[in-house]
Amino acid sequence: MFMPRKQTPEGSSLTRTQLGAVGAGLLIAGLALLVVGWSAPLVLFAKAVLVLAGVVTTSQGLSRVVWAVRGRRPDILVWLCSAWLVLLITVALLAPLLPLGEHVDVASALTAPTYQTPELLSEHPLGTNNYGLDLLARSVYGARTSLVISLLAVAIGTVVGGSIGVVAGYFRAGVDSVVGIFTNALLAVPPLILLIALGTVLDPKIRNIALALALITIPSMIRLARANTIAFAQREFVLAARAMGATRLRVMVRELTPNVMLPVFSMMIVMISVLIVAEASLSFLGLGIQAPEPTWGNMISEGEGGTMQDFPHVVLVPGTFLFLTVFSFNLLGEKAQKRWDARSAKI
Amino acid sequence: MAGSGTAHMRSTDSPVLTVDDLVVEFPVGRKQKVHAVSGLNLDLLPGETLGILGESGCGKSTAGRAVMQLPSPTSGRVHLGERELTGLKTRDLRKARARMQMIMQDPTSSLNPRRKVKDLVAEGLAIWGFDGTAEEKEARIRETLTAVGLDPTVVWDRRPHELSGGQCQRVCIARALMMNPKVLICDEPVSALDVSVQAQILNLLERTKEQYDLSMIFIAHDVSVVKNISDRVMVLYLGKTCEVIPSGDMETRAAHPYTRMLLASIPGAGDREVASSAAAVELPSPLNPPSGCRFRTRCPLATERCAAEEPELRELHPGQFVACHHPVG
Amino acid sequence: MTSDYLLEVDDVRTEFATSRGLVRAVDGVSLTLRPGETLGIVGESGSGKSVLGRTIMGLITNGPSTTVSGTVRLAGQDVHAISASQRRKLWGPKVAMVFQDPMTSLNPVKKVGVHITEALRLHLGVGKAEARERAVDLLKKVGIPEPARRMNQYPHELSGGMRQRVVIAMALSCDPELLIADEPTTALDVTVQKQILDLLASLSTTLNMATILISHDLGAVEGRTDRVQVMYAGRVVETARTQTVFNAPSHPYAEALLASIPRLNDPPHTILRAIDGTPPDMANPPSGCRFAPRCVYAADNCRTDPPVLADLGTALEPHRVACHYPLPAPGVTPPDLDPAGLVKEKN
Repeated sequence: MFMPRKQTPEGSSLTRTQLGAVGAGLLIAGLALLVVGWSAPLVLFAKAVLVLAGVVTTSQGLSRVVWAVRGRRPDILVWLCSAWLVLLITVALLAPLLPLGEHVDVASALTAPTYQTPELLSEHPLGTNNYGLDLLARSVYGARTSLVISLLAVAIGTVVGGSIGVVAGYFRAGVDSVVGIFTNALLAVPPLILLIALGTVLDPKIRNIALALALITIPSMIRLARANTIAFAQREFVLAARAMGATRLRVMVRELTPNVMLPVFSMMIVMISVLIVAEASLSFLGLGIQAPEPTWGNMISEGEGGTMQDFPHVVLVPGTFLFLTVFSFNLLGEKAQKRWDARSAKI
Repeated sequence: MAGSGTAHMRSTDSPVLTVDDLVVEFPVGRKQKVHAVSGLNLDLLPGETLGILGESGCGKSTAGRAVMQLPSPTSGRVHLGERELTGLKTRDLRKARARMQMIMQDPTSSLNPRRKVKDLVAEGLAIWGFDGTAEEKEARIRETLTAVGLDPTVVWDRRPHELSGGQCQRVCIARALMMNPKVLICDEPVSALDVSVQAQILNLLERTKEQYDLSMIFIAHDVSVVKNISDRVMVLYLGKTCEVIPSGDMETRAAHPYTRMLLASIPGAGDREVASSAAAVELPSPLNPPSGCRFRTRCPLATERCAAEEPELRELHPGQFVACHHPVG
Repeated sequence: MTSDYLLEVDDVRTEFATSRGLVRAVDGVSLTLRPGETLGIVGESGSGKSVLGRTIMGLITNGPSTTVSGTVRLAGQDVHAISASQRRKLWGPKVAMVFQDPMTSLNPVKKVGVHITEALRLHLGVGKAEARERAVDLLKKVGIPEPARRMNQYPHELSGGMRQRVVIAMALSCDPELLIADEPTTALDVTVQKQILDLLASLSTTLNMATILISHDLGAVEGRTDRVQVMYAGRVVETARTQTVFNAPSHPYAEALLASIPRLNDPPHTILRAIDGTPPDMANPPSGCRFAPRCVYAADNCRTDPPVLADLGTALEPHRVACHYPLPAPGVTPPDLDPAGLVKEKN
């Protein structure tokens, strides 16, 4: 017998049209909140509350509209995070071509107002710092440094840690115990202290900072790759490959690595966020990239000495960039982990 | 052994595979070891199928893998044709053992989940190289896929999780065939499959054996399945041979009490007395197997002699060899 | 309303919302069971037999992604209409279940004795000493040698067969009127399987306990149950006295399934009558008869009209078959069909 398809989208008790109407209502209300929150002459705190409420309402509305149209509930947070990262990366890549204010040359900013508060439609939409340098431009250029350093560090850490992990997991025995001692030794040193120690010795250049940060990622990458390699090496396809005459190198590169890559990749995304924070901490302590060259860390440190009390935006602007980026990487990494772990468990 | 011995070895013919006194032991803890396989002898004639029958833990899978040298056995010799595999250098061993291929129990686990069917089947060619153009290579893959009953155009770009268990097992067989093997070792190839799909794979194995001129070792726990596909059946218990018997009328001629117990355990029919008498007794630990005949702790016919003296394989009827002091019937 | 049935299942449907769409694992199954009667449910993986067992038990109920419709009336109570706490009161005295893997049914850190005495004390409220005495009795009843000594052992110290006996003893502890055994021997060794099946069969006779034996193995059911119900892709295709189904199956699937199993009496190298194709994808089952794509007898209307269960038997001996062209009794060759022609394998 033929059963008519239910009109209700999966997981909802409302019909499609009802859901769409609720979504549209929420969307409009959310947008209104955003506009009011941004432009109303209120204290900063009230503004922030209104904007936050606007963001939440808008995303809920958007999610319901998409749900009604496509029949399946979208994960709106994932979309927002992806959108933020895509926007940030695009802007960071195109920074020299964009009509941004001065970000580093103090001399050319002599005429600009100092400590200007954010004014969306002015010349400095996110305000200026003590030298009159544009905070939006500094945040975007800061993103360049932060992203380059953390991506480079994660890449180094993954390649080195991942390959050591696969080798240790495949051969076990001797190699494994040597690697085990090495990883445990690295993990025994508190990462921030290790970074500070390295920071005082090394030149604060992008390459050196990336290398120092890579050192933090290596042990966890080794552990992850090793554990996954051990699990996959017991699968029969490894035995099958050896029965066909595959060399050990081939087994590791062609059979194991593609399978270990998925969990490692989701770990990479989470790691990026950890390293962005670590880099910011180093810069905040003055051990990273030196001012006036902007990074989010040294921008935040400009709020020291009472500046933050008088001009909170000097800290809040780079702080928001840092928060949103770290949050997005973390969330996406977590989603990736959940999805790929479930899938490999199923296979 | 129940027992040891070489009475069942056929010296007159030229076997494709000979296994002499194969021993596999795994160290566990201090000074203890698992006696997984203890002195296995077998020979396989061209075109023959040898069934290896036993419960889980009897060492049948370990024996199959040790024949492939994955890992190499503790001692014993394996000859593939004239070539001795044991003690070969890694490189030579890789080449020599490629002429033996293995079909394993869990077809989804024996295929790399990240690979597509075309790459899985072509894996052997990728390892050993292929003399010919890319078109010839693709034609060969398509031909082999068709031979195992898969439509190449449909499965070409699929990954294992997009295939059913039976289809995965067909891919495994195709992949093995690409190596032009002489011997196919099937380790419980149908026990992970749906009932309605098992017969497809058994028929396919039978047909491919004829078509590709293979000899086969078929390892399984199911008496009916083993009887159906084999010419000769070897029954293992705790790493030793109990009985070697032509599959023909094994259900009536089997003489070893353990073989009779396996026959009786088939749900449906069989004599219940033998099965129930062994009910209370559990499989002894392979860490410390019983003296004499290893089956004596569960054997309804065991006597003092069985504890003291290990029975040798002897010919009871033409072609039927039993390692037992008190064979049935 | 009272009835002489212990269990009445009427038009039960169990649906799961998955990422691939709605999966109707059980699609309109009805069955009845009198006190003391034994029923075998046979089907391959994906036939819905285990889901049906759990739905009867009330382990699967309506939830966020699960829909159960139809009624399950157990000992006069509608399992899916009562509250969760009332349902829990049914488990034990009315219905008990034995699962496939005995190791997962037992808590590895609890001794065998504790497993059984706990159930006794919880449900029957007996004292510690009496519970222990009864537990020893139960272990003896399920054929465990030296029951007093086994009481103090942990599950991992027992073999698989002994563990399953312990699980059965636990299930029997509250004298259930209905025992559902879901693939009770699949995880066990060949030599032990028969012992457990025989034990279940003899317990159901001596205790006059109704039993549902769920299995993929036709041989497990043969000679051990009064009736058998063959399931395919969520639906019942044939139900009759066990002997009838084994000697003269009327549904082509039941017939093909029986014919595809190697028989011990056949000479070696007998070509098996394989069933072509694979069981259907339950997210997207074929319209019409679900077995039609694999059926050698299928005609055009089989692919479009789903057959209903029709009774071919007598009032005393119902024999219900869901097929447009049920097979005639043995000895009658269906017209236009050469039985030898079916032997050749088609791929």
